[in-house]
Amino acid sequence: MANNAVLKVCDLNVHYRDFQALWDISIEVNKGRVVSIIGANGAGKSTLLKTISGLLKPTHGVIEYHGESIGHLSAHETVARGISLVPEGRRLFPRLTVLENLIIGSYAPRSRKKKDRALGKVHELFPILKDRARQMANTLSGGEQQMLAIGRALMSDPSLILFDEISLGLAPLIIKSIYQQVREINQEGITAVLVEQDVKRSLKAADMAYIMLEGKVVLQGEPLTLTEEAVREAYFGL
Amino acid sequence: MQDLLQPVLNGILLGGLYAVIGVGLSMIAGIVKLINLAHGDLMILGSFLSLAFMGVVGVNPLVTLVFVVPAMFLIGFLIQNYLLNRVLGKGMEPPLIMAFGLSIILQNTLLLVFTPDARSLISSLSVKSIAVADYLTIPVIYLIDFIIGLGVITLLHQFFQKTYMGRAIRAASDDEDAAQLMGINTKHIYAYAMGIAMTSAAVAGVLVGMTFTFYPHTGPQYLIVAFGVVIIGGLGSMIGTFVGGIILGLAQLLGAHFLGPGFQLLSGYVILLIVLTVRPQGIFGKAT
Repeated sequence: MANNAVLKVCDLNVHYRDFQALWDISIEVNKGRVVSIIGANGAGKSTLLKTISGLLKPTHGVIEYHGESIGHLSAHETVARGISLVPEGRRLFPRLTVLENLIIGSYAPRSRKKKDRALGKVHELFPILKDRARQMANTLSGGEQQMLAIGRALMSDPSLILFDEISLGLAPLIIKSIYQQVREINQEGITAVLVEQDVKRSLKAADMAYIMLEGKVVLQGEPLTLTEEAVREAYFGL
Repeated sequence: MQDLLQPVLNGILLGGLYAVIGVGLSMIAGIVKLINLAHGDLMILGSFLSLAFMGVVGVNPLVTLVFVVPAMFLIGFLIQNYLLNRVLGKGMEPPLIMAFGLSIILQNTLLLVFTPDARSLISSLSVKSIAVADYLTIPVIYLIDFIIGLGVITLLHQFFQKTYMGRAIRAASDDEDAAQLMGINTKHIYAYAMGIAMTSAAVAGVLVGMTFTFYPHTGPQYLIVAFGVVIIGGLGSMIGTFVGGIILGLAQLLGAHFLGPGFQLLSGYVILLIVLTVRPQGIFGKAT
């Protein structure tokens, strides 16, 4: 298989002070694909995404994007390289309006010129955000807030989006709708990494899956090749 | 009833000045999450810069703003970028200690350079007044303080609402990590925010210098005024800062009217204590 991995994580180790959160994590994400990272609470999935996006620094190991080493970059520098994170818990700016939250997503110089085009696309994908443009972000429903968080990540014109637990706290019907939109985003050519606790849904959406437990990758493969039993054992550490 | 009008008018006008004194402290406390203990001294630095400029070019103090405002912007930017940014995120104490050290250095430098003499930014405006009725006069300098103070607050409000950098600053103050994820270099933004806060301190310094006498050690007494405005009005709101200033001004002048001039400062502090007890986040502040 031709190796067109855009994101390569090799032997990544991350510590929170003395606590080691990630142990020798190695992951590859191919261009235009959807990769799912699945695991229970505390498995280290969010830590992995935060390290890739630059909010955390690795203690050891390499992160490469399009061949460039990015592990040492800070978060605002990673955005400039085309990587966008939809953070766990959304982390919208509560005192900014829906429109302001979106516009601030285009802050990076690279993205600013494309702001209007990006905004048009986001409104097309999530029409409700256009209706609610002048409302404060914290007055939206859970599902709408998630859409805003995803829309905001799109505004920086990324080539890779990291989605951190986007189904958390949402009703099944809304999750279904949001996953449909994630699929549409991916079909435009944007590579996606999905971090989820919901095994079924993320396996269904993925081209490649990694199961994490206690900071390590314990199982990986194309979802169709993974048996339900193998996934369950890996997820729970049986 | 009629004799209340003068203190009420003076209180409101003075409140405009208090607001512009407090807005710089409010900005940095709300955005960078740092209590700038050197705020008062930086403001007085503005007063002395104006004095120096007037010594070289004999102009009206208001004209010196052309020089003092950019100078103070630069000073604020450099202080944040090279000093305060280094100790951010390392706990509560280091930034406070650094600001306190800055305060001491400023006061003593001013003392060395300018001597302990009483100073004033003299202009013909300082003594003029407009008689509205035989029980009501408007001190022109207070009116100027109020108008300029209102202007500064309005400009800052527009800046935060309408510009990219203003929005970026608001975002960074809401959630620093999330702001970074938007491509915002938050440390850099903080330097700009401090620069802007110092431009307001520059204006405040010139106005204070025109309205009252000042010394190298006058800084801390205006730091307390700034604190009062921030506490009463609440953090993170331009309107709150303005209202906070007015309330403090009114409290002081009405207190002086009813209880005597010696009670002016005390009346202000009593209102401050009441606000802290009843609504600690300030009138327009967010409840945490």
